[in-house]
Amino acid sequence: MNEGLVTVSYIAATILFILSLGGLSNPETSRRGNYYGMVGMAIAVIATVLGPKVTSVVPIVIAMLIGGSIGLTAAKRVQMTQMPELVAAMHSLVGLAAVLIGFASYLDPSAHFTGVEKTIHEVEIYIGILIGAVTFSGSVIAFGKLAGKIDGKPLLLPGRHVLNLLGLLTVIWFCNLFLNVESGGAGILFLVVMTVIALAFGVHMVMAIGGADMPVVVSMLNSYSGWAAAATGFMLSNDLLIVTGALVGSSGAILSFIMCRAMNRNFVSVIAGGFGTGGGSSAAALDGQPQGEVQPISAEDTAELMRNASKIIFVPGYGMAVAQAQHTVFEITKALRERGIDVHFAIHPVAGRMPGHMNVLLAEAKVPYDIVAEMDEINDEFAATDLAMVIGANDIVNPAAQDDPNSPIAGMPVLEVWKAKTSIVMKRSMASGYAGVDNPLFYKENNRMLFGDAKKMLDEVLTALRAG
Amino acid sequence: MRIGIPKELHAGEKRVATTPDVAARLIKLGYQVAIEHGAGAAADLGDEVYRAVGVDILPDAASLWQQSDVVLKVRGPAEHTGADEFTLLREGGTLISFLWPAQNPASMEKLAARRATVLAMDSVPRISRAQKADALSSMANIAGYRAVIEAAQHFGRFFTGQVTAAGKVPPAKIFIIGAGVAGLAAIGAANGLGAIVRATDTRPEVGDQIRSLGAEFVPVDYQEEGTGVGGYAKVMSEGYLKAQREMIAKQCKECDVVITTALIPGKPAPTLITAEMVASMQPGSVIVDLAAEQGGNCELTVPGEVVERHGVKIVAYTDLPSRMARQSSQLYATNLLKLIEDMTPGKDGTLVVNMEDEMIRGATVIKEGEITWPPPPPKLSAAQAGAKPAAPPAPPPVKKPLIPKALQPLIVLGGAALALGWLGSVAPPAFMAHFMVFVLACFVGYMVIWNVTPALHTPLMSVTNAISSIIAIGALIQMSAPGFLMTVLAGVALILTAINMFGGFAVTQRMLRMFRRSE
Repeated sequence: MNEGLVTVSYIAATILFILSLGGLSNPETSRRGNYYGMVGMAIAVIATVLGPKVTSVVPIVIAMLIGGSIGLTAAKRVQMTQMPELVAAMHSLVGLAAVLIGFASYLDPSAHFTGVEKTIHEVEIYIGILIGAVTFSGSVIAFGKLAGKIDGKPLLLPGRHVLNLLGLLTVIWFCNLFLNVESGGAGILFLVVMTVIALAFGVHMVMAIGGADMPVVVSMLNSYSGWAAAATGFMLSNDLLIVTGALVGSSGAILSFIMCRAMNRNFVSVIAGGFGTGGGSSAAALDGQPQGEVQPISAEDTAELMRNASKIIFVPGYGMAVAQAQHTVFEITKALRERGIDVHFAIHPVAGRMPGHMNVLLAEAKVPYDIVAEMDEINDEFAATDLAMVIGANDIVNPAAQDDPNSPIAGMPVLEVWKAKTSIVMKRSMASGYAGVDNPLFYKENNRMLFGDAKKMLDEVLTALRAG
Repeated sequence: MRIGIPKELHAGEKRVATTPDVAARLIKLGYQVAIEHGAGAAADLGDEVYRAVGVDILPDAASLWQQSDVVLKVRGPAEHTGADEFTLLREGGTLISFLWPAQNPASMEKLAARRATVLAMDSVPRISRAQKADALSSMANIAGYRAVIEAAQHFGRFFTGQVTAAGKVPPAKIFIIGAGVAGLAAIGAANGLGAIVRATDTRPEVGDQIRSLGAEFVPVDYQEEGTGVGGYAKVMSEGYLKAQREMIAKQCKECDVVITTALIPGKPAPTLITAEMVASMQPGSVIVDLAAEQGGNCELTVPGEVVERHGVKIVAYTDLPSRMARQSSQLYATNLLKLIEDMTPGKDGTLVVNMEDEMIRGATVIKEGEITWPPPPPKLSAAQAGAKPAAPPAPPPVKKPLIPKALQPLIVLGGAALALGWLGSVAPPAFMAHFMVFVLACFVGYMVIWNVTPALHTPLMSVTNAISSIIAIGALIQMSAPGFLMTVLAGVALILTAINMFGGFAVTQRMLRMFRRSE
């Protein structure tokens, strides 16, 4: 296969990748989209292997077999509740691969650049490794936090912004030194030191971010893994990598933007870490403390309320994922729909630990996607709803975001469950949500609290529902 | 301890203070329960259904009162011919019933003289936690529903509009004054029968509740806050009352049925419908006056009776809950049960009057012969709790931006243009070609990704992840380069990207297969 044919194959692969992402606009076309992605990838890999630049095929096949079987096993075994962890782990692999390819590219004796081209090539290597390393270590920490291996609370080092700034300045200074190195041998030292700084930066950045900001972090790392691929593309002068990297990078960036908007926070403040450190929050804690008493409700009475409702909206949150309650939720949905009750699900963009997390869990439990609505579609319908059932969510249904201008979450769009005739909040205890803000919803007169583990309580509701 | 339920002696009273279901739960709480023979008969509950759950049946009132530590009743005690309930109550015994201490000071004195402990169900405070024991609301709910049924009974037309082969029937128009529990129940029932329902209330915040039940809210066109302490209505000013009279007069002329539920605690019911307003109504119209017991909201009301004035039937039954004895007994008995549950912390059949508990404190009007009524005022109005935000804080001082807002995008654009210009002037053409591809791809990505449905954001992340393993291409080429170290680095990179490539596509496929429509 000559160079021209390889390029044509790359063009085909590029188009297939774009079609693959386009297919995700709708669940109907999404599976075809995924096939496009697979075919595109296969074309790109085969064309490269058969192309003029590759001479040894056997080690390639061995490496691909090893990696492929590990990947397929992981994909088969993973629980849907563990998807955020898996995604984070896969980001780390892209990052690490980008670092390795960067080093290999620097060591490549066959590359002969001079003058400006050499400088640009080395800058590309430098940036590629930098992004790759940050992606790698950041994703490893994100994986640890999501898997519960590392404490989810934000770790806030004193003077962390200064530390980050120092790291950045060092990296830029080293880049300058690296470019001025005459022979290849000494440059590797600067590359290694920079890699270590980048790794530390990635760790530090994600450590400072709390559990509920994870959707932003995961999509940001998604974006980084794309930019790492694009940088690798520049380094190897390969347009296919550049295009693909740019697609992935902008995808992650848009997701981060959507997540930030759903929390009414700007990207920089999320990445800078910590929550509620700004002014005003302490005042809110004093004045905004809701008064009154919460009214508990039993599983039997919940079932009774459900039976008598004609329209019910479920609002799932991370608590549903933790309790693995999605299957029981589906059984309840089925029982209610058999009775002719209109059941919908309302998904807040940042519910869960990853964009679209709730949708995947509900889909796994066989909840049909046409009754699962996003916030903007369904928020007006609460007023005409008999029962809003909040399962393990807190901040995303907090009316203080609308009513209390001093609240740390003021202005965040929330699901207006309190407009339903009755709302029930399932919660383990009265502890406040991630943002540390008390929730006036709990004290509203039309709200009831169903305390206990979500799975266990929903099982009881289901039993009562079937008995009645 | 033993709980006893005597037969109600008040003429026409059909309710009973416990039902078999509730009695069974009282027994579970550790109490012994006894009823007087025939106590539930008027509510269609025979002795045998009580006996079946373990209730003792005592032959007469005297033995029941004598053997009971706690007596549950509906109506407050009274001196009936042949049975003076004040003397029947044991010295130091406990009584739980309706009592209306403000209206019945004589009863209070007599009960105190018996050194009794008395809990008045009408004095249960209006706090969220006490809703389960709020018998006034339970009874008002029934009265509101029944008021509509009585109105339908006396009204000579359909409530719902119909178009039949024999001609068109217009729907009845119903006007409900007062949207408390009874008023709201009446709105719901009237709406269910298909009538056009309008309602008014002095408290503007109940407008939403009225609308939520499908009625039109008719406000009084006058500025005054009508919410008194504890969520009840209060007496209004003269200017307001005038505006209210005009509005009611207009509605009376237009509507076929008027249901009035206006009560102010401890005061005679306000007169809202004058004789002229009645005269202005269509013949055959119906007024149901739920405030009849407190004198009535209509000038022409005769409490306890149905009268016809100016061709309008005025229904003023004072025993609407009793007319649905089975239902009201069940709800009232449950209210009693909830109160007793909270007074039996040990679940051992021992009644504890804990005066620290706000609900029990409010309900207890006499404790061991000592009059403890009225209780301290409730802490906050239930309807207002949390609804009133604190006074808005002074806006934070606005920092004057260094650069006017309108100029900011221009500066960003200018900066970007300069940077690109610099890049274009120094970078070799090969780099610029790649750079153009890069910028275009970002743009395409931007266009494509915004179309992705939020439901598929997780599959989007896993598929982009799989696609980003395209950097395997770099590793593939480097594998063939000379040098052992390079081959090893590239080999490891290839294994990592292969994990990603295969794993990413496979898991995406697995997820996408789960998304399905309803059958």
